[in-house]
Amino acid sequence: MSVWDRLSAWFLGLPLVHPAAVWLKAHPDPAFVILTLLKIVFILFVFLTVVSYLVWAERKICGRMQGRFGPNRVGIFGLLQPLADVVKLLFKEESMPGSVNKVIFSIAPGLAIVPALVSFSVVPVGPGLAVTDVNVGLLVFLAMSSIGVYAVVLGGWASNNKYALIGGLRSAAQMISYELAMGISTIGVILLVGSLSMVEIVKAQAGWIHVFGLPLPGWFVFTQPVAFLIFMITAFAETNRTPFDLPEAESELVAGFHTEYSSMKFGLFFLGEYSNIITICAIAVTLFLGGWTWPWHWLPESLQFIWFFVKLAVLVFVFIWARWTLPRFRYDQLMDLGWKVLLPVSLGWVVLTAVVVYMRMPR
Amino acid sequence: MVPALFVGFSALLLVSALLVVLHRNPVTSALFLVVAFCALAGIYILMHAEFIGMVQIIVYAGAIMVLFLFVIMYLNLGADPERGAAIVMRRLVGWLAGAIVVAQAVLLLAGRWAIGPAGPPLDPSVGNTQALGVLLYSKFLFPFEITSLVLLVAMVGAIVISKGRGGKPNSSPDPSPEATFMGAGDARVSPMLRPGDSITPAASIAPAGEESP
Repeated sequence: MSVWDRLSAWFLGLPLVHPAAVWLKAHPDPAFVILTLLKIVFILFVFLTVVSYLVWAERKICGRMQGRFGPNRVGIFGLLQPLADVVKLLFKEESMPGSVNKVIFSIAPGLAIVPALVSFSVVPVGPGLAVTDVNVGLLVFLAMSSIGVYAVVLGGWASNNKYALIGGLRSAAQMISYELAMGISTIGVILLVGSLSMVEIVKAQAGWIHVFGLPLPGWFVFTQPVAFLIFMITAFAETNRTPFDLPEAESELVAGFHTEYSSMKFGLFFLGEYSNIITICAIAVTLFLGGWTWPWHWLPESLQFIWFFVKLAVLVFVFIWARWTLPRFRYDQLMDLGWKVLLPVSLGWVVLTAVVVYMRMPR
Repeated sequence: MVPALFVGFSALLLVSALLVVLHRNPVTSALFLVVAFCALAGIYILMHAEFIGMVQIIVYAGAIMVLFLFVIMYLNLGADPERGAAIVMRRLVGWLAGAIVVAQAVLLLAGRWAIGPAGPPLDPSVGNTQALGVLLYSKFLFPFEITSLVLLVAMVGAIVISKGRGGKPNSSPDPSPEATFMGAGDARVSPMLRPGDSITPAASIAPAGEESP
């Protein structure tokens, strides 16, 4: 029995004399909506806290890499810095240039964060700890990552600024090119599992496998190393992170697509970028690193979500590490890598996986 | 709850589809088309066709509409300034075509042609996606392959058009710096754009871009 089931049992198990319990038992549809909203609020709070401390971690790690201390004035180790940043962003004066398209200019920052939150809803954090386990979970993630490009494109266009427009156009081209390779790199996993449900994908990775006689955990990173590599490279491009941060290349485009944004509208773009990092790393953990599974039984089932967060932290650290280590690609290099290297390699890998799956199929 | 959601998605679909046609700003029209595609995906999911619903968002709302927007922004199309006889003609033809489609729909619904016999219920142990895959690769294999072939031909055609006539390397106009403005440095990008070389990034994404003034 998962935590959510227990929560709903507790919620519906109120004394029957309680008018709320009577009403909820009589109306299963509203009860479903209310319970789902409670789950969403809980996950949202955890998620946003993690995101704000990701910003803190990035500043700390980058400071260490550059021989600095990073934020250390607000609270011990600068731990209250995210709080101070949010207060500052909320109270800053908001300026909107007169020439912008006001409606689209205001919609774009919201579009930056919503897809990341929606895709996180299908990620199983622990056994039974997912907001929803739909049977097309992986497609929900791919759909949301393809919707995510609108934030940057519309923000760049509505600003009516040449730097912002060029940033938005670059982002559209980049995300379309890398989305293909990302989608195809997940097909190998789908072939091995035979399901699009994220929970099924995690369950298929439990236990041990033998690769050429070598015992390894059943995580797909060991059976699908090329797909994992392609997924991570495209994840950098999808989140507009260095070395693929051409949409906001500050040395050429001022600040790229968010040049004209200020105050909390800029804050939402900022939050959206980090939410995207968390979500895409969570998807990578689920698809390739076995989600909440661990090869040894060190933890009871109710605490296995800890493994998920450990793996997530490792991948997120790789993102930060790469940002402060690698220089930016040139635009033609970016397109060459996407279309001439990643796409053919991922297609070839799908064919190879399909052949292996077919050969091992019991007949 | 399902009928209420169906009515909501249908109303959203109709309103946004009308706004696609009636709005004068091409970017706003394109955005309402995205909303319409998402509403359609919602209706698919209500009909237990969750695979089609998600693919609808990935392919139409995600990929195709981003390309539409890309071209609209690249060419910097503003609100349609056309007035006079041409716009009257266009509107007339548009209303005529719309009236024919509505009449067809009314006839189909009135004659109950649209409502055929219900198919056999799906095996609940096999998901909708698996059932669709099996059908696509057994019963409908030939139409599926033909569709792939048509798409391949379109792709080859787009590449041929964007590369220009072969044989003479300098027959097509030399790409101006404006045409490659997305490149980081024109001097470094331009040599890659010569015909006979690989497909250029700008041309493969937006073939119409090179014709922009």
